[in-house]
Amino acid sequence: MSARPSIAPAPDTLRAWLLEPAPASRGQARLGRWFRGWLAFRRNPLALVGLAIVVALVLMALFAPLLASADAAVHQVLEDRLQPSSWAHLFGTDELGRDIYARVVFGSRVTLTIVTLVSLIVVPVGLLIGLPAGYFAGWIDTVLMRLTDIFLAFPRLVLALAFAAALGPGIENAVIAISLTAWPPYARLARAETLTRRQAEFIQAAEMQGASHLRIIATQIVPLCLSSVIIRLTLDMAGIILTAAGLGFLGLGAQPPAAEWGAMVSTGRNVLLDQWWVATIPGLAIFVTSLGFNLLGDGLRDVAGGRG
Amino acid sequence: MSIVLEQVTVSYGRGARRFDAARDVSLSVAQGDAFGLVGESGSGKSTVLRAVAGLIAHAEGKVVLDGQTMTRRRTTAQRKMVQMVFQDPYGSLHPNQTVDQTLSMPVAIHKLGNADRRVAAALDEVGLGPTHRFRYPHQLSGGQRQRVAIARALILEPRILLLDEPTSALDVSVQAEILNLLSRLRREHGLTMLMVSHDLAVIAHLCDRIAVMNGGEIVETTTADALAAGDVNNPYTRQLLRSNKGLDSSGGELDLLDAVPIRG
Repeated sequence: MSARPSIAPAPDTLRAWLLEPAPASRGQARLGRWFRGWLAFRRNPLALVGLAIVVALVLMALFAPLLASADAAVHQVLEDRLQPSSWAHLFGTDELGRDIYARVVFGSRVTLTIVTLVSLIVVPVGLLIGLPAGYFAGWIDTVLMRLTDIFLAFPRLVLALAFAAALGPGIENAVIAISLTAWPPYARLARAETLTRRQAEFIQAAEMQGASHLRIIATQIVPLCLSSVIIRLTLDMAGIILTAAGLGFLGLGAQPPAAEWGAMVSTGRNVLLDQWWVATIPGLAIFVTSLGFNLLGDGLRDVAGGRG
Repeated sequence: MSIVLEQVTVSYGRGARRFDAARDVSLSVAQGDAFGLVGESGSGKSTVLRAVAGLIAHAEGKVVLDGQTMTRRRTTAQRKMVQMVFQDPYGSLHPNQTVDQTLSMPVAIHKLGNADRRVAAALDEVGLGPTHRFRYPHQLSGGQRQRVAIARALILEPRILLLDEPTSALDVSVQAEILNLLSRLRREHGLTMLMVSHDLAVIAHLCDRIAVMNGGEIVETTTADALAAGDVNNPYTRQLLRSNKGLDSSGGELDLLDAVPIRG
């Protein structure tokens, strides 16, 4: 394809280059599209707050060893147990004398791991079930959607609990348990998006050009489904985090001594009245993270809606 | 003969609930000719076109294109032979793909090679330039979009071009440009065209022979000249001529091509 301009554009002309109504290459066209999306996204302050929270969470997880000592997160100093906030322990210590600040920082790794793995399972499974159902219709649709209905019929946390209990506690099993219950809405969403596009003239044009079903689904339908699926995923993140925390709370998620926010809340509830910070600090972490993902998802939805 | 339809019937549903959208439609178009199907909404004209295109299956009869009997299932080579321009230029281009991507896909499907040069040539042919190549559909006007749709159809070098009301979604001035473009392409490439429209003036501009459809059947096959002269036999065709002429209900002499400012 046509090469990008060999000379990198200067910063003051970068904006003009990105907003060029007649781009000179595929890359420029694509970057320009992203840039326009970003300009629309930027107009929403709440969405920016959400983005900042999510970026901060990712940075915190990536650079956890720089922000806190890994040792402090698991090191038990029983004579220092249940200390309130101080310079030595910013958020105080828990019932085993571990530094809560370090545990919250390292807990973000567990949370992000769960969220990432669940996304990586749920989106492909949802697309794999939803796209053929919407595209081929008929009996394929009936079979796939009844399967989806069966999974939808189970209450989410209870099914996740049953799976986690059956498979044994642990992060991997928590991920599998959450994914098993989280994919049906994605399959339905992908099916609905496919159905609305199935009769579009550009699909018929692709068909007339001899495009295979696989090519039509992959190049014509998936790009249109993906934006709403990603938005849905961002909005679901809060639910996933809460489910993971719930499993952790019940002892079916990450196992001690690993720091996991839900498990931290769980152990803190015994001392909630006298040492409130033990449960409250990880609870706040869960709350802020969920809020961040929700705000980000709302912002993304507005941008996608505006672009139509 | 390039397009031959023999007693083609297209129906939806089965048994008692069967509905024939088109019944016993027969027509033939010679290589390089342009044939028009005209009729009101629901007359079955688009259904016939879609059966020829291979987008829907026909229940009875034969569709023969360039000597080959066709069904809905077609080989890649058969697909290449017949291309179509759709009615709605807003709905017929993928909203998230640049013109370049839209035009490159058919080249990739048929492994024609030289995608870069072919896309540039196809754009040039429809009067668009390199400045339009990397735009998204929302950055183009309706007329430009329809030109892209025509370029997409032509990039496969088809023998037969099907036109489904290609101008009805466009402004009158743009309509004329697109029709002139289509006539030029037909001349230069020796394309056989089958066009569907409810607008007699549009049909008469491009097509030599015209079939009038009503209720799923062809009621009369005539020529553009005869239509222009008002020299028609069927009462329905007369009625259609009158309605196209507009407010004139006197049923007097009809001069179709003066009534709608398309020619020129």
